[in-house]
Amino acid sequence: MYRTRLFAIRHSGKFEWMYQRLEKLMIVLDPVFARIGYNRVEQPVALIEKGVKGLLFDCKMCGQCVLSSTGMSCPMNCPKELRNGPCGGVRPGGYCEVKPNMLCVWALAWDGSTRMKGGNKIREVLPPVDRSLKGSSAWLRVSREKAAKLREARESARTTIAQAFPAARANEPSSAPLAEEPSRAVNKEQRQ
Amino acid sequence: MTNSDTLEPFLRPYEPPPEGHVSGSRLERVLRSGRFAVTAELNPPDSADPADVYEAARPLGEVVDAINATDASGANCHMSSIGISALLTRAGYGPVYQISCRDRNRIAIQGDVLGAAAMGVRNVLCLTGDGVGVGDQPGAKPVFDFDSITLLRTIRTMRDQGVFLSGRKITNPPHLFLGAAENPCIEPHDWRPDRLAKKVEAGADFIQTNYIFDIPLFEKFMNRVRDLGMDKKVFILAGVGPLASAKAARWMRSNVPGIHIPDSVIARMEGAEKPAAEGKKICIELIQRIREIQGVSGVHVMAYRREHQVSEIIIESGVLEGRHAKRKSRKRGE
Repeated sequence: MYRTRLFAIRHSGKFEWMYQRLEKLMIVLDPVFARIGYNRVEQPVALIEKGVKGLLFDCKMCGQCVLSSTGMSCPMNCPKELRNGPCGGVRPGGYCEVKPNMLCVWALAWDGSTRMKGGNKIREVLPPVDRSLKGSSAWLRVSREKAAKLREARESARTTIAQAFPAARANEPSSAPLAEEPSRAVNKEQRQ
Repeated sequence: MTNSDTLEPFLRPYEPPPEGHVSGSRLERVLRSGRFAVTAELNPPDSADPADVYEAARPLGEVVDAINATDASGANCHMSSIGISALLTRAGYGPVYQISCRDRNRIAIQGDVLGAAAMGVRNVLCLTGDGVGVGDQPGAKPVFDFDSITLLRTIRTMRDQGVFLSGRKITNPPHLFLGAAENPCIEPHDWRPDRLAKKVEAGADFIQTNYIFDIPLFEKFMNRVRDLGMDKKVFILAGVGPLASAKAARWMRSNVPGIHIPDSVIARMEGAEKPAAEGKKICIELIQRIREIQGVSGVHVMAYRREHQVSEIIIESGVLEGRHAKRKSRKRGE
């Protein structure tokens, strides 16, 4: 709804805070999702996401959510689906060129970004939309990627050792293991 | 003679650009040498006859560094910008090939960029494009697969990394001087300079602005552009054009997207005895005032249906510093 969309932009700072909490929760849940299977959680999560974001932001489920970089103003509501700022046709008063009764999505985005901690992200150049991801859950995509990145960071020491001793890795894999150790295999004293 | 032998002389050879240049186009050379550049828009014909393109280009060729070939501007269908650009390169003109995101998806656009470069095109202007609703065929499907900024970054990637967006290699990447548009006198005024910075970040080498009729507003915009240091990173060409009459000005203001004409300009047109001459005079004055603004590297003249006035406007404004006029007067003296 247009009205709730404007409300969300007016309170962009709060929605930014809320989303960051949600993202953290989703990252914590990564092992659970992985266990159930990301394919299986995709549909129900996407459904919830569609409901929540559809109500608040008129979300179009592009699957590549950038609300945190666009002042909580969804760029897919721009009739030209612009991802990087307003076009040159904005009407006096900040109204849309194509839909004269709607305020320019990007004029609102710049406004919303001023109330956000990460408001400067609006200056980053965003890539074109991958249309093949339409309908999929952006929440899952983000948390899955961030969880993988955290895992990678945890394992980077192990990878470095493996790369520094390639022969040992080839002949005696157990001397330079790459796979994550099950928690009971790690020395309890070390863990403390 | 084989067919390719006969065609060869008409095509610009695929040669590396000069040191420190990205394209080797005349526009780039003029701008990098610090001279005040002049570009103009060609009104595209509704015709399949190449002679119509050359006829429209002739009055511009003498006085400009590059001719813009518009891509269905205002969403009205005309001869394509790639067709016009290809014809212009054959006659030795330096076209600015305009690409709008409204009508083609990323597959078509990247292919066209290579095709245009192969035809000798060295300047590209990346545009989002007006919505289909304002044009002559409002029932068309708006594409907008890219926006102007993702388009800029895509062509820059093709040029500098030598790959398509898919990562597939381009054996001979295109040498292109990348342009973008900006509309300084349109809302949101405060953010326009930041959007310009984003275009520079995405890959713009030069900017051609939309019509400027409001000098104080443009000066304010340029102040902020200089604060951001953008005048050092990109060449800015300010857009100007002659108005035909007060009525035409009012019509443009309310029907063409993205045009801001202050009431004072319209009042001046209304009070004039010869509106067309007054429109020309205003345009010349605008060019002269714009030239004094720090950080402006040139002007872009858009004279819709008034192309006969373009060369007079440019010569009378004095921006050519005698570089063309001198050559002309010498000819006369001979």
